[in-house]
Amino acid sequence: MIQFLIHEKSDSVGVATVDVKAGEVVKGVYMDTQSEAEVTILEDIPLGHKIAMADHQVGGSVIKYGANIGKVVADIKKGGHVHTQNLKTRRW
Amino acid sequence: MSNPKVMAYKRENGRVGIRNHVVILPLDDLSNAVCENVAHNIKGCKAIPHAYGRLQFGEDLDLFFRTLIGTGANPNVAAVVVVGIEPEWTNIIVEGIAKTGKPVIGFSIERHGDIKTTEMASWKAKEYVHWATELQKEECDLSEIWVSTKCGESDTTSGLASNPTVGNVFEKLVGMGGTCSFGETSEITGAEDGVEKRAANPEAAKQFKFLFDRYAKMIDDNKTDDLSGSQPTKGNIAGGLTTIEEKAFGNVQKIGKTINYVGALDKAVTPTGPGLWYMDSSSAAAEAVTLWAAAGFVAHLFPTGQGNIIGNAIEPVIKLTANPRTAGDMSEHIDYDCSAILRGEMTLDESGDNLIKMLVRTCNGRHTAQEVLGHEEFVLTKLYESA
Repeated sequence: MIQFLIHEKSDSVGVATVDVKAGEVVKGVYMDTQSEAEVTILEDIPLGHKIAMADHQVGGSVIKYGANIGKVVADIKKGGHVHTQNLKTRRW
Repeated sequence: MSNPKVMAYKRENGRVGIRNHVVILPLDDLSNAVCENVAHNIKGCKAIPHAYGRLQFGEDLDLFFRTLIGTGANPNVAAVVVVGIEPEWTNIIVEGIAKTGKPVIGFSIERHGDIKTTEMASWKAKEYVHWATELQKEECDLSEIWVSTKCGESDTTSGLASNPTVGNVFEKLVGMGGTCSFGETSEITGAEDGVEKRAANPEAAKQFKFLFDRYAKMIDDNKTDDLSGSQPTKGNIAGGLTTIEEKAFGNVQKIGKTINYVGALDKAVTPTGPGLWYMDSSSAAAEAVTLWAAAGFVAHLFPTGQGNIIGNAIEPVIKLTANPRTAGDMSEHIDYDCSAILRGEMTLDESGDNLIKMLVRTCNGRHTAQEVLGHEEFVLTKLYESA
């Protein structure tokens, strides 16, 4: 049983496939290569929400599906919850 | 993956169908009653009532004719009886369908009334059903089955697993020499630059950009900000989607990663060769699948997250979900459950193979959940008011 999935190697985030809790060390799989990944969760993250796979600085980008899905508006630590509090669209 | 064989109907024009409908097609809203009377009298034919067909004009009329003719011409249809209030437009539909070489005839109600028209059309429908039910299936290549896709009631499981499963199938079908199509112009907003880059040639990219910009202008002209200010929706955000880019790229997973589209088509326009095709379409499920059926597609792959229940009158809709809750509490609507991907127990490649197996079974005769439940949506896209 895994706790998260990452679409591809170049992605900077994974997606929780179960609710994960702060302090847990969780296992995931890269969907393109089937290689395994592990990360220590920093805060509670619900199923379907994004987990940072690396540190992100303000002004940087979040990569998912190998695509730029928006700009970082607050620093994110590896294992942190990536959502509306730290990621915004570049559209408007 | 090799090109599996399926048992299907080879039509007069060389196209391949997986169903054998005798359709009683109303030209207009007024003729629905006669068509339904005929379908009641003659078992084994199917009326597909709709709401339009009077006083349409310009591009809207062109799209209307294209959709009705395309529906009758679809290879899942063996023969057609067209019924209209007057003969002129009825004949336009009949002549358009007749180009395929399949049996088609028209009846008009003016100067006859409903009762006499019902009788004449019923005799012809009876003849067509006898004829169609003796047609034999032949061995065909899976690549001869044209397949469309759109998703509905998406959630994070769609971008994670069910949409990429369809993407994996599309890569394999196009690799076999098949014909596939995607669209949902509104849902591409946020990933339009990425989709433009997926064109196989500059002309396809230009066609896509034209269709996307036309759609964006239509939204802008109608002064709604639904797609600029409030996307993703509150429900999307609660489910974990943060930006419109993320939502759009999740949608585009349905075309995989390794294939490019060879052309971008206007609504209900038939592709001119094999490969992946973009088709301009609304993201409203019943409208979009009706347009693909009219463009000649004979099977539809429909990933859903929260559980969309849509079907179509002539193009079987195969539903898949990766959401274990939907696969459980809405199981009667789901043909293929790919939630094992979320548990890490199945790869995308395996999931794609499983969905192809379900497609093959559907071609060979398995009725989809939507067909068994009687979801026969036939919804015309209207561009503007009638005169």
